[in-house]
Amino acid sequence: MRSFTYERADSPAQAAAAAAKPGAKIIAGGTNLLDLMKLQVETPAHLVDVNRLDLANIDDTPDGGLRLGAMVRNSDLAADSRVRTRYGVLSRALLAGASAQLRNKASTAGNLLQRTRCYYFYDITKPCNKRVPGSGCAALAGFNRIHAILGASDQCIATHPSDMAVAMRALDARVETINADGATRAIPIAEFHRLPEATPQIETTLQRGEVITAVTLPPPPPGRQIYRKVRDRASYAFALVSVAAVVETANGRIRSARIACGGLAHKPWRIERAEAALIGAAADAGSFDAAATALLEGARGYGDNDFKIPLARRSLHAVLADVTRT
Amino acid sequence: MIDENDEARAALTRRQMLEAATVSGAFLLAGLPQATHAATLPETEPPVAAVAVTLKVNGHSRQMLLDPRTTLLDAMREHLALTGPKKGCDHGQCGACTVLLDGRRINSCLTLAVMHDGESVTTIEGIADGNALHPMQAAFIEHDGFQCGYCTSGQICSAVGMLAESRAGMPSYVTEDLSVAHPDLSDREIRERMSGNICRCGAYPNIVAAISEVAGEPT
Repeated sequence: MRSFTYERADSPAQAAAAAAKPGAKIIAGGTNLLDLMKLQVETPAHLVDVNRLDLANIDDTPDGGLRLGAMVRNSDLAADSRVRTRYGVLSRALLAGASAQLRNKASTAGNLLQRTRCYYFYDITKPCNKRVPGSGCAALAGFNRIHAILGASDQCIATHPSDMAVAMRALDARVETINADGATRAIPIAEFHRLPEATPQIETTLQRGEVITAVTLPPPPPGRQIYRKVRDRASYAFALVSVAAVVETANGRIRSARIACGGLAHKPWRIERAEAALIGAAADAGSFDAAATALLEGARGYGDNDFKIPLARRSLHAVLADVTRT
Repeated sequence: MIDENDEARAALTRRQMLEAATVSGAFLLAGLPQATHAATLPETEPPVAAVAVTLKVNGHSRQMLLDPRTTLLDAMREHLALTGPKKGCDHGQCGACTVLLDGRRINSCLTLAVMHDGESVTTIEGIADGNALHPMQAAFIEHDGFQCGYCTSGQICSAVGMLAESRAGMPSYVTEDLSVAHPDLSDREIRERMSGNICRCGAYPNIVAAISEVAGEPT
């Protein structure tokens, strides 16, 4: 690990000011950042610790939603009775991720900002445009079993590893931030994570020195909520494919649907057009197939991950059948 | 040929050295990191200023002067001679380093000691009540919940933290109904909730049996 100086932030705005300085980085739970620092994938010169900021509350919002503080631990968020009963897809997604020890440390904001688990991003002896812009992508012609099938570029085929973010995408969460001047804004989660394009090192639309203070959830959408994760082990493994679905049915027909996928792209993958085609349709295999086709439009494999295309299609089928079962 | 006595002496010497290093640690540490890393790091590397950290470890206040890079695990093992928490993978993948931080189980390898100034840490060394084993320790012995024992201190700390989570009503990925306030702790639940602790000997059936027994005891 490279040496760094350390400070504990007193307020979100002060954390933002400290984080705006060259070489500085925010540390929250640390479960991802410290791992990467040990491997010298991340080499911050200065760490700004936000663990003692007053950002660990879950509050009801006037419109019937929830405001999740940036420092709420993943385990506490998953266990909150309001989240369990009204946003089951989020609780289930959180519990699908990592291990209990890691969830006790990992924060809401840190989970959104975690880095890809691409093997070549982790291996500093290999080219990686995300780690060293312009150095190339070793995954394109390498072992790419866990990599993206949607939204990738010829610069990067990494996936975003979060389960939590996939559920938040289905729930239309908003990411609240503050900068060093104290200015705040709310970023719709659809616009928070970026596709790699020509700059895979830029993963979100956060500006330098902009700090996440909370994530807000609108009131829970109607319908049944499901999160299904398909992975190599039954527990404690990243998703090959995951599906978050919130679907409302009446008399065998679909009234509303929200479907987001993990493990497929550089960001949680949701295609609202695929959902629109389901509205009013019969909850049957034909509709599910059409939705899967629309959601996976443009999918391509890179060799070792070709299997993800049929796996995603079948996972979508299974989840839609489950979520519409009477 | 090394006989048992030689090995015992070697172990003793190692332990004494560790303790000696701990006693004098505060004086040595400030200069240590630059010395050990000088050969591998670029010359632009700024000098490391040691930071004062106080932790309450197994009920005792311990002051240390640490390189900010020191993980909580290294603070326990290298500075306080508490070698119960094990360095298995050092990347949060195996759970051998599990300790309780203010009562919650965490991977001590993936957090910095300086981030926990003033907080309370319980390691396997602090689990027992004096000479009386913690019920989880006794159950691991009773059910033969280990073979080589390397993962055991992490398994036991994790199991103690897991039971506290379960008693507080926390659900898991395999909990059928998330709206149930206190999900039952079935064997399937125990397996899921303990998935962050790897045992290469494969003592899992006996580990689950040990935890299940303690889970069923009145609190």
